[in-house]
Amino acid sequence: MEVTMKGITKSFGTNSVLKGVDIQLSGGEIHALMGENGAGKSTLMNILTGMHTFDAGEIYIDGKETVYENPKEAELNGVSFIHQEMNTWPQMTVVENLFIGKEVKNKFGWLNKKEMEKRAKAIFDDLGITIDLNLEVQLLSVGQQQMIEIAKALMTNAKVLIMDEPTAALTEREIEVLFKIIFNLKKKDVAIIYISHRMEEIFKISDSITVMRDGVSIDTTKTSETTVDEVVRKMVGRDLDDYYPEKKSEIGEIIFETRNLSKKGVFEHISFNVRQGEIVGFSGLMGSGRTEMMRAIFGIDELDQGEVYLENKRLKIKTPSDAIHEGIGFLTENRKDEGLILDYSIKENISLPSIDGFKKRGIIDEVAEKDFVELLMKRLNVKAQSSELAVSNLSGGNQQKVVLAKWIGIGSKLLILDEPTRGVDVGAKREIYQLMNELTDRGVAIIMVSSDLPEVLGVSDRVIVVHEGTIAGELSKAEATEEKIMSLATGGY
Amino acid sequence: MSTDTNKLKLAEEKNSRKELIGKLGPLLALIVLVIFVTILNPGFVAPTNLLNLLRQVSTNALIAFGMTFVILTGGIDLSVGSTLALSSALMAGGIVSGLDPLLAMILAVIAGALLGGFNGLLITKGKMAPFIATLATMTIFRGATLVFTNGNPITGIGDSFIFKFIGRGYLFGIPFPVILMLICFAVLYILLHKMTFGRKVFAIGGNEKAAFIAGIKSDRIKIAIYAISGMMASVAGIIITSRLNSAQPTAGQSYEMDAIASVVLGGTSLSGGRGRLVGTLIGALIMGTLNNGLNLLGVSSFYQQIVKGIVIIIAVLLDRKK
Repeated sequence: MEVTMKGITKSFGTNSVLKGVDIQLSGGEIHALMGENGAGKSTLMNILTGMHTFDAGEIYIDGKETVYENPKEAELNGVSFIHQEMNTWPQMTVVENLFIGKEVKNKFGWLNKKEMEKRAKAIFDDLGITIDLNLEVQLLSVGQQQMIEIAKALMTNAKVLIMDEPTAALTEREIEVLFKIIFNLKKKDVAIIYISHRMEEIFKISDSITVMRDGVSIDTTKTSETTVDEVVRKMVGRDLDDYYPEKKSEIGEIIFETRNLSKKGVFEHISFNVRQGEIVGFSGLMGSGRTEMMRAIFGIDELDQGEVYLENKRLKIKTPSDAIHEGIGFLTENRKDEGLILDYSIKENISLPSIDGFKKRGIIDEVAEKDFVELLMKRLNVKAQSSELAVSNLSGGNQQKVVLAKWIGIGSKLLILDEPTRGVDVGAKREIYQLMNELTDRGVAIIMVSSDLPEVLGVSDRVIVVHEGTIAGELSKAEATEEKIMSLATGGY
Repeated sequence: MSTDTNKLKLAEEKNSRKELIGKLGPLLALIVLVIFVTILNPGFVAPTNLLNLLRQVSTNALIAFGMTFVILTGGIDLSVGSTLALSSALMAGGIVSGLDPLLAMILAVIAGALLGGFNGLLITKGKMAPFIATLATMTIFRGATLVFTNGNPITGIGDSFIFKFIGRGYLFGIPFPVILMLICFAVLYILLHKMTFGRKVFAIGGNEKAAFIAGIKSDRIKIAIYAISGMMASVAGIIITSRLNSAQPTAGQSYEMDAIASVVLGGTSLSGGRGRLVGTLIGALIMGTLNNGLNLLGVSSFYQQIVKGIVIIIAVLLDRKK
C-alpha cells in the first residue's frame, strides 16, 4: 500500500499546528517520523487515520484520493494507529482484548471462544509472542501490553501501521522483541510509520526519515544517507549547542533534601538533594515513579515514610497548600487537567496560588492583583491582548508560561517542573529554558522531570535516573550521556 | 504573528459578547415577562402587588443564594427544605419552652449552619456525591423534624415584637423579609465576588484538581459552602415561621426545586464554575413573577406547574445556544 500526504494544514482554534506537511511511504518500508514535541507528528497521524479533520491538503492511498471518516474506517481499510497510551481493558483477558468489538460468534450469537483462541494463537506464533491468552491484561507488563496492541492491529490485516513512541516504556529486552516483530512485518510488505525521539533506534531500524518542525515537514532522506547530527539540526532548526541556552548560575548550598521517601508499591528509599541555583534532571522510563515522587513531596499524594528538608528545616507537608506556604512550586505534567482552569482568565489563573496575599481587610485588591499579573506576563513574555483573556485561547507554549507565572508568583525557592516543555513549540521551549536559567541565577533550585533525553542533557547540572521506583544512579553534567541514562533507566549496570 | 494577534483579538471579542449575553439574558427575560404580564393585567404593577411579590420571592431567593454557592462548585443541596423545617421547629420549640426569641432565632441559624456543615463533611471527608449525601440528609432532617414535633405544628410561639417583625414587619413601607433578603444578598455578593473566599469557590468549580494543586483547601471551602446553604435555609425558615406564627413539620417541602430552578434561570452552570449571584436574584424574581402573574391571570395552579417547567426548559435550551 502506498500513502501520500500532501500540503496538509490544520489549526485547533487559534493554534495552527500543521502548516503544510508532505510525507510519502510504501509497503515494506520503515519510515521514521521525527520532530520535537509539538512539531505536529501525532496530529498528522490522527489526520491520516480520520481522528481529526484537516483544513487543506490531499491524502492519496494507492494513488486514489481518500479521507477516512474515523479511525474505525481507517482500520478496516488497513491503516492502524498504535497510540502511546494504550487502549486496553485491564480486567479482561488477552483474548477478550484482542477480539473486543470483533468477537467471533456462532449462529446463535454465542461467543466462539475456541475459534478466537485459535486465531489469536496463530497471530502470536506468527509474531513470536509468548503470552498466556487467558491472563488478565492488567497482570502484563507495559511491553507485553504493547505487543497485544500490535497483534490487535495485525488482526485487522493492517497494511499501514503507525507506532507512536512504542519503546518509551519498554525494557531493552522487550525492545529487541519489538524490533524483531517490526522486521517481520516489513518482510510481509507492511508499511510502518515509526514515531520516536530515540536516534539510536531510528538509525537501527528505519529506511527513511521525515523530519517535522513547527508544523512543517522539513524533508525526507534515506536513513543511510544522513547522520544523527544532521537530523538533530533539522529538528531543532539550529545547532544543539545554542538550542539550550548557556547556564551561568552559581551553584550554592544544599537547599532541599529528601531522606528515605517511600510509598508502598510506587517508590522506595528516595534520598537526594538539590542546591541553590541548581537544575537537577530526573530521567527514567514512563511509569518509573518519578512523577509520583514529586506529587508526594508536594503533598498531592500521601507518603508512607521519609523526611523532607528545605533550608535545613524539616517540613511537614500534608497538602499542596503546605508546600506552597514553604515556598515550593509544582508545574504538573498535565497542564490542562491540573495546571490551569481553562475557562478562566490569565489573571485569575496566575494569581490563584497567591490570592490570599491580595487581601485588604478581606477584600481582594484588584488593582494590585492586576499589576502583579501584568508584571509576570511581561517578564515571561506571555503573548495575549489582555490579562482578562481565557487561557483556553492561548497556544500550548503560552499556557505553559501562565502555569510557570503562577509558581514564580508565589516566590518559589524550589520549583518542581514535570515535563515543562511537553506540547510546547520550539520557540517557547527556548524561552522556558532561559527563564529557568534566570530563576537559578537568583538562587532558585529546580527539579526537572523530563522524558526528553536531549532536554535533560541540555539543561540539567546533574541527572538523577529512576528505575522502578528507586534511584538507579546519579550522573554529573560531565558524565551524563544518552547511553548512560538509558542504561540506568532500563535497569542496566 | 499579526494573524495570531488578530485571532486572539477575535477570540476576546467573542468572549466579551458571550459574557454580555450571559449577563443580560436573564434580565431581558425578566423584563419581557413583566411587560407581558402587565399588558394582560395592568394590576400587576400596582405597588401593593409588587411589594407582595417581593415578599413572596424573598424566602426562595434566600435559599437560592446559598444554593448558588453550592452549584458553583459543581454540587447540589437537596436538603435545604428539610433543613428549613428542622431549624424552624427547633426555634419554635425553644421559644415555646421559654427561650428568648432573639436567642432562639440565632440558634436556628447556627443549627442551619451545622446541618449544612454536616452535608459538607459527608461530601468532603466521606467522599460522597453531593446528590446522594443531601438526598440522604433530606430524609434524615425531615424525619428528625417529625420526631421532634411529633408530626404536629408547633403553635403558641407568642407575640414578641422582634419575632413578629421578622416575617410581618415593615421598614419604610417595605416588608422586612425583603430588606433581610437584600442584606443577605449584599453580604453574600461581597463574599462571592469581592473576597478571596469567592475566588476559591469559583476555582473549585472551574477545575477542582488545579485548585487543590494551587493550594486551595477545597475541603474547608466546600464545608463552608454547605454551611452557608444551610444557614440561608434557616433564615428563610425563620421568616416563614414568623409569617405563619407556627412551625410546620412539613414546611419547606420541595423548596429545593424552586431554588435550583432560580439558580439555573439566573445563568449559573450546573456543572459549576460559571455564574453570578445577581443572576440568581433575577432568577428568583422570574420564578416569583411567574407565580404571581399566573395567579393574577387566574391560571389554575395545575397549569402553573406546567408553565414553570416549560420556562425552565426554554431557559436551559437558550443558555446552551450561546
